[in-house]
Amino acid sequence: MCDQTFLAVVFGPCDKCSNEKPLRAVYIKSEQLSYCSLCVEMVQFVDLHHRLKLHGLIPLGDITHKHRDLPGQSFEAGLSNHQLFAVHQVAERVEALGQFVMKTRRTLKGHGNKVLCMDWCKDKRRIVSSSQDGKVIVWDSFTTNKEHAVTMPCTWVMACAYAPSGCAIACGGLDNKCSVYPLTFDKNENMAAKKKSVAMHTNYLSACSFTNSDMQILTASGDGTCALWDVESGQLLQSFHGHGADVLCLDLAPSETGNTFVSGGCDKKAMVWDMRSGQCIQSFETHDSDINSVRYYPSGDAFASGSDDATCRLYDLRADREVAIYSKESIIFGASSVDFSLSGRLLFAGYNDYTINVWDVLKGSRVSILFGHENRVSTLRVSPDGTAFCSGSWDHTLRVSA
Amino acid sequence: MSGKTASTTNNIAQARRTVQQLRIEASIERIKRNTILRLFVCFFPRCFLPVSKASADLMLYCEEHAKKDPLLMGIPASENPFKDKKTCILL
Repeated sequence: MCDQTFLAVVFGPCDKCSNEKPLRAVYIKSEQLSYCSLCVEMVQFVDLHHRLKLHGLIPLGDITHKHRDLPGQSFEAGLSNHQLFAVHQVAERVEALGQFVMKTRRTLKGHGNKVLCMDWCKDKRRIVSSSQDGKVIVWDSFTTNKEHAVTMPCTWVMACAYAPSGCAIACGGLDNKCSVYPLTFDKNENMAAKKKSVAMHTNYLSACSFTNSDMQILTASGDGTCALWDVESGQLLQSFHGHGADVLCLDLAPSETGNTFVSGGCDKKAMVWDMRSGQCIQSFETHDSDINSVRYYPSGDAFASGSDDATCRLYDLRADREVAIYSKESIIFGASSVDFSLSGRLLFAGYNDYTINVWDVLKGSRVSILFGHENRVSTLRVSPDGTAFCSGSWDHTLRVSA
Repeated sequence: MSGKTASTTNNIAQARRTVQQLRIEASIERIKRNTILRLFVCFFPRCFLPVSKASADLMLYCEEHAKKDPLLMGIPASENPFKDKKTCILL
């Protein structure tokens, strides 16, 4: 992730039309190909027919004589991707969702560079966000005012988290550490002076999260391990080894007494851990590429993951397997961040093609697509009371939508 | 099950009694097996469920909480802190 600051333009023959053009890497049916921009547009258009066929609006045998097959693409080949999963079969009798109108209500501007991570405070109002230039800012999302700003000594602050009490924030990145800053409204105090260094890893910090209290922090790092730390003493309480590559994301189980968390990494695996023993309880490996984001279902019995292979998948912990895939032929860029709505019916996913797709978790279909960001969406979180969600992007802004 | 072999006599009544006995025994077995399974699931909550049951539980959770989900149901603009209020009109 760190080496994608500059986009290298590759010239060459397109895998589809064989013309010499500037190429973009896309994922089609789990395979990484290089398409020119014209073929990217065509793939996105062809998906419309697949979708109409699957919903029975176009009879299967009807269309082929009316439309020519586009070169290198057959209509039937795409259908094999659309399998009906158990969740969708069980949910057939559930009503389909109506049209959603979600708009950007607030735009938070102030970061000087790419926004990498954000988190909501439990008071449903404040947001902490971190960016590539080392700045961590606490915003009031109702008024869009900045309440606090800290400059970290490192760049690429990839992880930030709000403490449950709302009195502190934790952040970290390329400095391999997780630092906790107590928030103070006293103008005379310098926030950086009160900084406490909690975690020490041997590689970059990719994700951090407070547990149910202000006293413990869970971190995930590029060195392939996760770790649980005590904030006061900075001591390592438990470490979790098992990933074969960088760990990119983690999420704690939502229950009050819960002591499990799930982590996803560059080894395409999502692993569920027991915090007390340090053991991996379950492991899921069905993605085709790095898992960028994992999030628990609100009931705690399942979790969703978003990956660079352009799909989001739902894994059920009690059935111990993947139960749904959220993908479309027209979506060819990786999902960087996922989150559930309060009831778990909607799955919001931010993608590298600058859009946010909203999926119906039970039916497996896309409900809505949100535009507005001018660069890839790097982080997305639904507010604690579910009234809005905030997305941060490489275009230096955060957008709160409701 | 008792090791009674099929009666060789032409006694229909006896055959009927045998069938009756076997039925009783077969039904006892089934209840026992079910209770054992239920106890097993209670003591080992991590025991894996069939996918249909797990999916049905997810669906149930969605339906129970759907009413309280603001992004799903939509809340009136007056209650939503993010939606812009109408400007005041000066009379």
